[in-house]
Amino acid sequence: MQVTLRIQRFDPERDEKPHFEEYQADVEPTDRLLDALNYVKWYVDGSLAYRRSCAHGICGSDAMRVNGRNRLACKVLVRDLGNPITVAPMLSFQLIKDLVVDMEPFFAKYRALKPYLIADDPPPEKERLQSPVDRERYEDTTKCILCACCTTSCPPFWANGDFYGPAAIVNAHRFIFDSRDHGADERLATLNERNGIWRCRTVFNCTEACPRGIKVTEAMEDVKRALMLRNI
Amino acid sequence: MYHRFDAVVVGAGGAGLMAALQLRAVNTAVISKLYPVRSHTGTAQGGIAAALANLEEDYPEWHAFDTVKGGDYVVDQAAAETMCAEAVDVVYELERGGLPFNRTPDGKIDQRRFGGHTRNFGEAPVRRACYAADRTGHMILQTLFQQGIKHQVRFFNEFHLLDLLIHEGRCCGVVALEIATGEIHVFHSKAVILAAGGYGRAYKITSNAHALTGDGVAVPYRRGVPLEDMEFYQFHPTGIYKMGILLTEAARGEGGILLNGKGERFMERYAPKLVDLAPRDMVSRCILLEVRAGNGVEGKDYVYLDVRHLGKEVIDAKLPDITDFVRTYMGIDPVTQPVPIQPTAHYAMGGVPTDVDGRVVVDESGTPLPGLYAAGECACVSVHGANRLGTNSLVDIVVFGRRAGRHAARFVQEADLPPLPPHPDAFAREQVDKLLRGPQQGERAVAIREKLQAEMMDKASVMRQESDLKALQRTLGELHEAYERVAIQDRGLRFNTDLTETLELGCLLDIADTIVVGAQARTESRGAHWREDYPKRDDANWLKHTLAYRRDGGIELRYKPVSITRFQPQERKY
Ligand SMILES: Cc1cc2nc3c(=O)[nH]c(=O)nc-3n(C[C@H](O)[C@H](O)[C@H](O)COP(=O)(O)OP(=O)(O)OC[C@H]3O[C@@H](n4cnc5c(N)ncnc54)[C@H](O)[C@@H]3O)c2cc1C
Ligand code: FES
Repeated sequence: MQVTLRIQRFDPERDEKPHFEEYQADVEPTDRLLDALNYVKWYVDGSLAYRRSCAHGICGSDAMRVNGRNRLACKVLVRDLGNPITVAPMLSFQLIKDLVVDMEPFFAKYRALKPYLIADDPPPEKERLQSPVDRERYEDTTKCILCACCTTSCPPFWANGDFYGPAAIVNAHRFIFDSRDHGADERLATLNERNGIWRCRTVFNCTEACPRGIKVTEAMEDVKRALMLRNI
Repeated sequence: MYHRFDAVVVGAGGAGLMAALQLRAVNTAVISKLYPVRSHTGTAQGGIAAALANLEEDYPEWHAFDTVKGGDYVVDQAAAETMCAEAVDVVYELERGGLPFNRTPDGKIDQRRFGGHTRNFGEAPVRRACYAADRTGHMILQTLFQQGIKHQVRFFNEFHLLDLLIHEGRCCGVVALEIATGEIHVFHSKAVILAAGGYGRAYKITSNAHALTGDGVAVPYRRGVPLEDMEFYQFHPTGIYKMGILLTEAARGEGGILLNGKGERFMERYAPKLVDLAPRDMVSRCILLEVRAGNGVEGKDYVYLDVRHLGKEVIDAKLPDITDFVRTYMGIDPVTQPVPIQPTAHYAMGGVPTDVDGRVVVDESGTPLPGLYAAGECACVSVHGANRLGTNSLVDIVVFGRRAGRHAARFVQEADLPPLPPHPDAFAREQVDKLLRGPQQGERAVAIREKLQAEMMDKASVMRQESDLKALQRTLGELHEAYERVAIQDRGLRFNTDLTETLELGCLLDIADTIVVGAQARTESRGAHWREDYPKRDDANWLKHTLAYRRDGGIELRYKPVSITRFQPQERKY
């Protein structure tokens, strides 16, 4: 079938500002949007830039705005997107070219919340024990692939780019609720500050945007509850 | 731009990150064409093998035996023993780094069955695969990246390797393209560790990411480093029909079965003991044989993977991701419907030859090239021989990533900084300028790539024969010629993926040559290399490793012996 793609283009070496261009792609209805982008790049205009790698929703490379919603291009099928399909880069980050944005500020926020196990007790000879119930407590937030769909769909983040945003907090959650970790106090203290968790207005955009089905808003609420309990 | 480091790691998947963590005490750079968390290690699903014996009796010796037998005996046994012994410790290390393994009721790391892993030298399946749901690789990649952040590893993200610098017999750095700006960087160093992953994109149907184009294999090959055992390329039996997306072997480890078009559990006929959990090369071949016998579903080229009898609860708890793939991409529900599958190009057993310390060795007698290391899927130690067992790659990348990193850390503390060759970036610039400044009209990369992938799939995949391979070699010659005239449209410097994709295609073409030439020469059937015209394994003539050298006017093949320590070659039955 033929679909029309309206793609936001921007080449910093040529354009002053972004604009949309239309392309026809010859695809199967069951093809991924990524396949349609590849069609355009390979057969129509080789200069189109976007990130991609795994092509099945695991590596987190190809988050973009598709018909106004954040999606992974490899995880939506053309037949579910109507015609024409509008494709634009994620909001809030600086454009590098076409659909590619600068992800460094996103990773800086992730790093700021210490996304690694903090455990100072001497490690046992074998594994640290953890019950299946304790393991289940943070299972959901281990699924994050750092694609930024949630953070760039978050209205408080649009309003204030200093907010850590849901993805960084999801990854903090993953450790705060890990029974092996001892760093909860440090992370919660940071999250209690001005640009921390209280900027979350429970809009639920993040949960809707997550291609991994993580209950992002629920994780945010978990973190708020943990802080309230500590403050009492 | 010029940089100076003690060590440079190329690649930030499991192998590269593990190596980088060993190099914390010395000045180290990690360059990767993808952000580290985008690496393909993250897609590994099923598990990582280690004889922890958390659920039942198990020993590293049993694991080593399975590895050797699984590899159809062309495995270096000393290396396999090292890997299986260190697997246990490295899994504990990952857990202590935070990896959220699934747990047994008493809180230990849970383990499950996987193809070809057995108790007591082949008696029956054993629970050896440690796992985190069906996203074990994701959790390994995340955990190692997290440790990298903790220890402030220096990353150069979206830097694309173009050339490896070797001068006066020593490796002295790499040249890379900064994708965002188009700038060329020279990294001058005492040691380089190649950890750039596999090359499944040489084939049409593959489980591998778009980025898996074997750059870390082709680049050293162009600089005179031989490639080992390239003819052994694994096809995984259960790829989603037509798309190749992997459905983990854990689906069968948990009890899933394969059914042909007549509804028969055909693996019972081929592997009475292990049935659906026979090794991948066998199962892939059996699927093809069923298809040829007209037993494909509706007479087509696929069969079914059936997990319905496991029930919704087990499927949701232990196989959530693959269930999601099947629902998303096929629109069917594995809880109620069987899933159409076909073999998919999956794993490179061959690669850059190394010893057990990750040192790249360049001849039959194992002479190292000082300063050059390789680890992970781009390397060939060789622990997988002619066919890798499931869950053994994740072990390989962390065990040998760690060993390579440790050895390199010692090496750079003693070694001086070798001089660079004159004009170190000349060859890299030449490759880039040719594309950026060459004629606008010419061959399209997509046409060359699609032809390559289709022909490789057709003639050098699960079943091979002389006439096909010969024809394929001719086709490859034509494709190389076409590639000489390839023209790209994007002439800009910023994020020019037209350029990087075309460079990647060049790597795939070079790699394809070595696969095809190695496969033609090996007139026997062993593991994943199945010759219809030579259907028997031939230990008298072929119990040896292939080394392919790039020479003017073609490829020179040499051979090196296999290390055999305790397991004498036997017929491989399951
Ligand atoms: C779908 C799937 C499922 C799998 N499941 C399992 C499993 O359950 N158990 C198991 O043991 N194995 C499994 N495997 C195999 C295993 O995951 C891989 O073999 C392994 O992860 C490879 O790791 P690596 O570190 O060598 O390479 P990768 O993780 O592929 O990393 C390669 C790195 O090199 C970089 N790179 C590549 N080219 C360049 C360049 N030109 N310049 C700079 N950087 C470059 C990339 O950016 C990346 O960081 C699976 C494989 C697939 C495809
Ligand atoms: S390409 Fe990996 S998530 Fe889409």
